[in-house]
Amino acid sequence: MLKKWISKLKKEQNEEKEDRKEIVQQEGMDEFTAESHEGCEKVWEGEEMLCGEEIDGEKEIEEIPVEKELWPEEEPVREKTGFFAKLKEGLTKTRQGITAKVDQVLKAYKKVDEELFEEIEEILITADVGVSTTMAIIDKLRSQAKERKISEARDLRSLLKEILWETLDLNKSHALHMDPLPAIILVVGVNGVGKTTSIGKLAHKLKSEGKKVLLAAGDTFRAAAIDQLEIWGNRVGVDVIKHQEGSDPAAVIYDAIQAAKARKIDVLICDTAGRLHNKTNLMNELGKVRKIVEREYGEASKEILLVLDATTGQNAIQQAKIFNDAVDVSGIVLTKLDGTAKGGVILGISSELNIPVKLIGVGEGMNDLQEFKPKEFVNALFGEE
Amino acid sequence: MVFEGLAEKLQGALQKLKSKGKLTDKDVKDAMREVKLALLEADVNFKVVKDFIDKVKDRAVGHEVMESLTPGQQVIKIVHEELTALMGTTQSKLNFSPKAPTVIMLVGLQGAGKTTTGGKLGGYLKKMGKRPLLIAGDIYRPAAIKQLQVVGAQLDIPVFSMGDKVSPVHIAKAGIEHANKHGNDVVIIDTAGRLHIDENLMEELENIKKEVVPHEILLVVDAMTGQDAVNVAETFNHRLGIDGVILTKLDGDTRGGAALSVRAVAQKPIKFVGMGEKLSELEPFYPDRMASRILGMGDVLSLIEKAQASFDEKKARELEKKIRTQEFTFEDFLEQLQQMKKMGPLSQLLEMIPGANTKQLKNLEMNDKELIHIEAMIRSMTIEERRNPSIINGSRRKRIAQGSGMTVQKVNNLLKQFEQTKKMMKQFADMEKSMKKGGKMKFPFFGK
Repeated sequence: MLKKWISKLKKEQNEEKEDRKEIVQQEGMDEFTAESHEGCEKVWEGEEMLCGEEIDGEKEIEEIPVEKELWPEEEPVREKTGFFAKLKEGLTKTRQGITAKVDQVLKAYKKVDEELFEEIEEILITADVGVSTTMAIIDKLRSQAKERKISEARDLRSLLKEILWETLDLNKSHALHMDPLPAIILVVGVNGVGKTTSIGKLAHKLKSEGKKVLLAAGDTFRAAAIDQLEIWGNRVGVDVIKHQEGSDPAAVIYDAIQAAKARKIDVLICDTAGRLHNKTNLMNELGKVRKIVEREYGEASKEILLVLDATTGQNAIQQAKIFNDAVDVSGIVLTKLDGTAKGGVILGISSELNIPVKLIGVGEGMNDLQEFKPKEFVNALFGEE
Repeated sequence: MVFEGLAEKLQGALQKLKSKGKLTDKDVKDAMREVKLALLEADVNFKVVKDFIDKVKDRAVGHEVMESLTPGQQVIKIVHEELTALMGTTQSKLNFSPKAPTVIMLVGLQGAGKTTTGGKLGGYLKKMGKRPLLIAGDIYRPAAIKQLQVVGAQLDIPVFSMGDKVSPVHIAKAGIEHANKHGNDVVIIDTAGRLHIDENLMEELENIKKEVVPHEILLVVDAMTGQDAVNVAETFNHRLGIDGVILTKLDGDTRGGAALSVRAVAQKPIKFVGMGEKLSELEPFYPDRMASRILGMGDVLSLIEKAQASFDEKKARELEKKIRTQEFTFEDFLEQLQQMKKMGPLSQLLEMIPGANTKQLKNLEMNDKELIHIEAMIRSMTIEERRNPSIINGSRRKRIAQGSGMTVQKVNNLLKQFEQTKKMMKQFADMEKSMKKGGKMKFPFFGK
């Protein structure tokens, strides 16, 4: 019945509001498997984290996205397995979660009927896809099934796959915009989504591609955020430009840009403090940081990445909208996909806001930040090569 | 905005339902459709929504529809009540051990806000007069220990750490010994964020639990969490047996459906909510507020309240009639007072009194205490006295004063005012008819 009321509602909506575009972006209802945590044990065998002795009194605090860090040594092995295998491995959980469910449902039904659509819909909603996006996907699925005269449940699978893929592929590049060098990447997001950790991973990725990377510790607000970034810098082997805690983040970014110019850096990655998107002052501050970037580093290729936590529900759409208004987000990094959360909300985001997902975090290792490729992603989701 | 217009749509849909008397199957079904949508958009878990809807449906069908509520509104009212009930009571109490130190352990996913919450909780306990100690048990995330130390320094709360090369189990144990030696009566163990499916790290938590036997294991949950909240809560609860939940980042604009999901699967109270980045911003949990927030139907709910007010207005109209015919008694007045109390602020409820419009009442300054006094005095009257105030003589007045803890003068005042009111009300009513403007009338009971 969910289906019915949803579709009724949908109709009402369409009647009332033309502004709700029909969109169907289904994207990664992905859930990725947790990768093994060899890393963690390693850490406490004795690695040098500088978690400090001295305490400097600062303003306030919020929690950091914690991802246990891993160590490079163990990574190369996995790296050889290549993107697809890795992704597939990461997605095992997802397949169990969604595709397995889809398959199950498809098997349980012989004929395509309303009930079947309802079941698929339930699967999508459970993946955080959101009610309206789910409705759009199901409507599309239903109408295309009719068009193509699909009556066997098992034939619905490839159709669904197609729709998901279409939804994800925005005809936009999902690669980081870094051409021509130098480039600057501004990383933004709410508290606790994994900004600093993602920056660490990204720095590692870019460095291993042979680029000269510099980090800017723009989170001057949260306790020990600068230390956290510095530890990452040491680990990856890149420099970090920092001021004191509590200083003006715009000033840090300014200095970092000057340093990047002087040192002929290829990519400057700027951390920012986590902020809830409904705090106007903090969003204004972010706008100021962006202005500095535009003014001081006009020649650089710019990428503004919004980090989203896959565990987040429909609020992620709000986050994306407001951050986009404030700083023109050019891409999304979806983190923590190695849990059981499916991050389905990015489907809604890509369809409603047309912002491509560029990177996904599928594990806790340094190499577990992947480029996002919609087609491979959906294939991996459905366990096909 | 996604939710925009939801309340509107809901109202539109609900207004269509016009049947009177008892709620029919159809009324309930139609309204539930909207409620379901609201809950799902608020990130309440799909299964939790389903169960909840089924339950409410059962309760709602056949339920009397209050006069002047539409059936749809009646359903929403039931939903809100059920939701509030499901959310539990206001319970920001912590279990303290009779033997110090009380051990509190914070667990949760990465980025949920454990370290910050640990600090906030420490500050809260300190204000209560406790001597908390923070234990830095997150050895994995870079600078996590430092973060806790900074937080501790800001609040002037000691932080126990052994660096990041010692196992958290050992740190927890040593931390408690430290507390024993230094007279800390509460310890808060900050643990590393972990995925609930992370076998090794979950085991580590189990080991800590075994070793130190915490009195409170609190699951820290990000209010923005989506459908996965049930998996998280279920797993943590299953493996550790959590005692309560702290909901963080509620100062964002999320509807916070996770609260309901977590509550439904773990059956554990939500004890606190994090309302901001400042270390003082830890607040008790209010189930009714959360219910309204999740439903996202503030407008509808206030509409229902208004409708209820108009329901009372009907009674008030009867009252008016009585006044006109001079039948107004203390009993009526008491009833009116009770209605007023239900409705909240005085200014609002006065609007329902016939003949009294807001403008006129603006000049009145009333306080609720006065009302309580009046009520006490009326309650000290016998039924006979209430119905027929004229029999109240000197000795009765004395008795009433004693019974209500007031003075005889006050009782005299009340009686005098009551008589005045009767006249006044009549005037009001007559005046309403004759002249619309309505001069500055003094409202007898509450006037200064």
